[in-house]
Amino acid sequence: MNLIVAGARKEYEDGLSVAELIVIENVETPMYVSVSVNDEFIKSGEFETTIMKENDNVEFLYFMGGGE
Amino acid sequence: MAFSNEQLERYSRHMILDEVGVKGQKKIMKGRALIIGAGGLGAPAALYLAASGVGVIGIADADAVDLSNLQRQVIHTTPDVGKPKVESARETMQAINPDVEVRTHKFFVTADNISSLIADYDFVIDGTDNFPAKFLINDACVISKKPFSHAGIIRFQGQLMTWVPGEGPCYRCLFNNPPPPDAVPTCRQAGVIGAMAGVIGCLQAMEAIKFFTGAGKLLTGSLLTYNALSMDFRKIKLARRPGCAVCGENPSITKPFDYAAPVCEGITI
Ligand SMILES: [Zn+2]
Repeated sequence: MNLIVAGARKEYEDGLSVAELIVIENVETPMYVSVSVNDEFIKSGEFETTIMKENDNVEFLYFMGGGE
Repeated sequence: MAFSNEQLERYSRHMILDEVGVKGQKKIMKGRALIIGAGGLGAPAALYLAASGVGVIGIADADAVDLSNLQRQVIHTTPDVGKPKVESARETMQAINPDVEVRTHKFFVTADNISSLIADYDFVIDGTDNFPAKFLINDACVISKKPFSHAGIIRFQGQLMTWVPGEGPCYRCLFNNPPPPDAVPTCRQAGVIGAMAGVIGCLQAMEAIKFFTGAGKLLTGSLLTYNALSMDFRKIKLARRPGCAVCGENPSITKPFDYAAPVCEGITI
């Protein structure tokens, strides 16, 4: 299955959940990442049950607290 | 409002632009911007807004200039170490452009003072360095329907997003709640490249100028992320979260509130 993850199109195995994708992509601070699929946010409680489909566009959003 | 000869010369590079012109420069000069945090992001934002001739610029911060600030907070200079940041910032801004009125607010924003503070301004720039303050600014601006620019930086990365009433997600749509203290790295622990504050703070100033002049399209409905190591700018399109606690359909947050300040850090705006 093809997914677009953080802007890059790549091949993944079928039936991947958001939670599994977070592990595969080695996401930094995975407990605190926000995920959007096709421009819609996925609730963190639904990472395990949300299954990716062909051509889904996945973005990871990271906390950036600096500014000082 | 007629321009003086000095103003015609000072702002000539603005006024020659089709998107700004004489009308746009007048709008800039009638604009009132509030910068919360006179630090890494606030410094370049304040410099460019002052140079642009924004009529009233408020700057809120309770801190004093520290030597470790000078690697990125370019509005302060070495002789300013120890001086209140708002004073040091005001002096630099007025040296650049005596036309602008600088209002100093020498305190940290809290749930008690933020609503009355932002009420006097048209556009708010979040230049704070901690999550409780960023969520407080988001909530107060959403509740007061006050347009604002959110930004964050760390290491070689930065991101920003603009919020305008009715357009796109708010910061809370993106992140729900602040992470627990020390759960994600801060600049103090992880570092930040000085020029990153310049890049992102200038983009915030750009959004304020676009807001005042109406030029172009604001960065609403998208988060712009910048990775300096790969030199990638990405604009991530995002929708509102219908269940957002402050901008959603049934908001549970109807007035600003303070999250506990992280004890280990000592809260700076
Ligand atoms: Zn929201």
